[in-house]
Amino acid sequence: MGSPEQISQVEDIRYVYGEIPVNFAYTLGVAGERFFREIMENGRFMGTRCQQCEYTYLPPRLYCERCFAGLDDQWVEVSSRGTVEAFTVAHLDLEGQPLAEPQLLALIQLEGADGLLVHRLGQIEAEDVDIGLLVRAVFRPRRQRKGSILDIRYFRPVAP
Amino acid sequence: MAADREYPGTPLSDDDVSQGKVLMVKIDPNARYAWDAGIAIGRFLAELKKGRIVGRRCHRCRRTMVPPRMFCEECFRPTDEWVYLEDSGRVNTYSVSYLRWDASRLEEPTIPAVIEIDGASKGMGIMHLLGGVKPEDVQMGMRVKAVWKPARQREGSILDIRYFRPY
Amino acid sequence: MGLRRVAVVGAGMTKFMRRALETGRELSWQAASMALESCELTLDDIDGVVIGTAPDCFDGVHMKGEYLSDGCGAWQKPVMRGYVGGGTGVFSPIQGWYHVASGLFDVVLVVAEEKMSSCHPHPQGAFLTIFDNLLERQLEPNLIWIFALEMHRYMTAHGLSKRDIALVSVKNKRNALDHPCAQVAEDITVDDVLNSEIMVWPVNRLDVSPVSDGAVALVLAAEHVAKRVTDKPVWIDGVGWHLDTAYWTNRDVYYPKYVEYAARMAYRMAGITEPRKQINIVEPYDPFSYKELHHLEGLLLCGKGEAPQLTVDGVTQRNGDLPVCPSGGLMGVGNPIAAAGLMKVAEIFWQLRGEAGKRQVPGKPITGLAQAWGDLMQVGTVVVLRI
Repeated sequence: MGSPEQISQVEDIRYVYGEIPVNFAYTLGVAGERFFREIMENGRFMGTRCQQCEYTYLPPRLYCERCFAGLDDQWVEVSSRGTVEAFTVAHLDLEGQPLAEPQLLALIQLEGADGLLVHRLGQIEAEDVDIGLLVRAVFRPRRQRKGSILDIRYFRPVAP
Repeated sequence: MAADREYPGTPLSDDDVSQGKVLMVKIDPNARYAWDAGIAIGRFLAELKKGRIVGRRCHRCRRTMVPPRMFCEECFRPTDEWVYLEDSGRVNTYSVSYLRWDASRLEEPTIPAVIEIDGASKGMGIMHLLGGVKPEDVQMGMRVKAVWKPARQREGSILDIRYFRPY
Repeated sequence: MGLRRVAVVGAGMTKFMRRALETGRELSWQAASMALESCELTLDDIDGVVIGTAPDCFDGVHMKGEYLSDGCGAWQKPVMRGYVGGGTGVFSPIQGWYHVASGLFDVVLVVAEEKMSSCHPHPQGAFLTIFDNLLERQLEPNLIWIFALEMHRYMTAHGLSKRDIALVSVKNKRNALDHPCAQVAEDITVDDVLNSEIMVWPVNRLDVSPVSDGAVALVLAAEHVAKRVTDKPVWIDGVGWHLDTAYWTNRDVYYPKYVEYAARMAYRMAGITEPRKQINIVEPYDPFSYKELHHLEGLLLCGKGEAPQLTVDGVTQRNGDLPVCPSGGLMGVGNPIAAAGLMKVAEIFWQLRGEAGKRQVPGKPITGLAQAWGDLMQVGTVVVLRI
């Protein structure tokens, strides 16, 4: 049984416009703070390793999701070299408009880490990318780094 | 809970943030909406544009409700008829606000109130502002009447009523 | 009723802070791992997880329950997430309770978390969305309007003064001085409250609890596990929850009927017929000073309009006849939306076991009650605990 009224006059249809007027400033967390400072200051990737589960988290986590052990004293350096485990080419932006240039995005397994990192690929054409491609992170110059995932410009292919 | 144990959590001060001692990521989601007003409120807003307040009546529980709704939430059946209400009422409760929506301070306070609308069932109120009166002169239970925007400025919004004023 | 007995066997919490370095996930893990350690259980012992946390708008993270899940110990486990505003803190242990009472799960982890500090310019902007999007937001309201309107109605209905109500702020903020996680514990006077900045009259700054980051966790266990794990299980003997409509302007807000209905449901289950006599210690929800009084009346612990006198007479002090908010409440410890109510349940747990340290109420209380409230003056959630 639905409502007995119907809108028959178009001018009776009403929209009310509004917004949720907030923006966000996120802390990075205990683990995130260290991860991004290492990228910013030292140009290197650090993960956390759970000895019990034999799993290295990258991005690093304060705790192991599998056994709940605290990992704050289990930092390990992880290579900035890795393999492409999956990739895609984006042609549209967040609002569905065409991008000026298609973007290559990839899931990358860095050597020494078990988790995967999402980032862009550069210095390569889409048709030349394949799963298993060896890549290395290209960091921005030190003075341009802000402690952000964009401190890495992209990953570029390297010889084996 | 041992009295002397240390509890986890790393509090940050305003200085930690303003002096950049911790990294932050800032995102503006820019969430905007166009809400369908629905049948009941669509009509309510259309009537506000015409300078009238309309309610809706359920014949079973015999409540005349404002804001109007197409189903009675107590009887869980469709409501039965539109009822034009007065644009006056009584102050059920009021407060004096020195804060804007974003918690910043107002120099001149506003007077939010719940006003029980004449013609609706007892206790049927809407939230609006009181105006044309000093905060210290407002009384609980005071009779108030809507002060409308001129017809050509009305848009079909709750703001078509500027405020309610004692009379 | 055919339901199994369920006990709280462990609890943990983080500090409540205006702004934490930790992400919401990290806060959840800190509380959850502490709760497990407190009863020497591990993640392997947990059969399921209940997460209580507010919607995306506050922390600024979509699908909050899913996001927090790993920190809540939910990796590859059945999870349920619920939210009823501030009522969540007592709602989530109720959800945890029926997980175990039903026989489907033996041990459940209940985690409540909030990280409100991410919301800029101020979480008030997110609270704006609580108002009706078609008829109320255009008036540019502040959340405190609703509380001020309710407080004024409550005061008028019973002829109360702000002085009567300010005693609650004084009591709770002082009680919180003994809580190691407290964010805003302070020794203040009634005059301090009355002279503090007017926000939305009749609400002054010292009548309001703060915005907070924090997490709390409980471990619930079926009887046969509880008795193995601890010699002091705290039984969940009564649960109640009740939701009123969002038409708050169509109600007379001087009295929270939905709290009474939730309380009656819990009392019936717990066999409580004379609440004031049979309940020894209470943690009602106190986001504002007057709310403690409002809720004491809704919980039928005194007659309508009588709660202020109980405070004046010292009945609700820790060493009084009916200690109320011995933890320091939201007014003193802090208010991370979902976690605040669970802090109250944890407090009753610790108090009944004699583990509340400097906050311990004398006289070995046996039956305690925690209550939370939330949404648009809408929800009452109640648990009755017994040792």
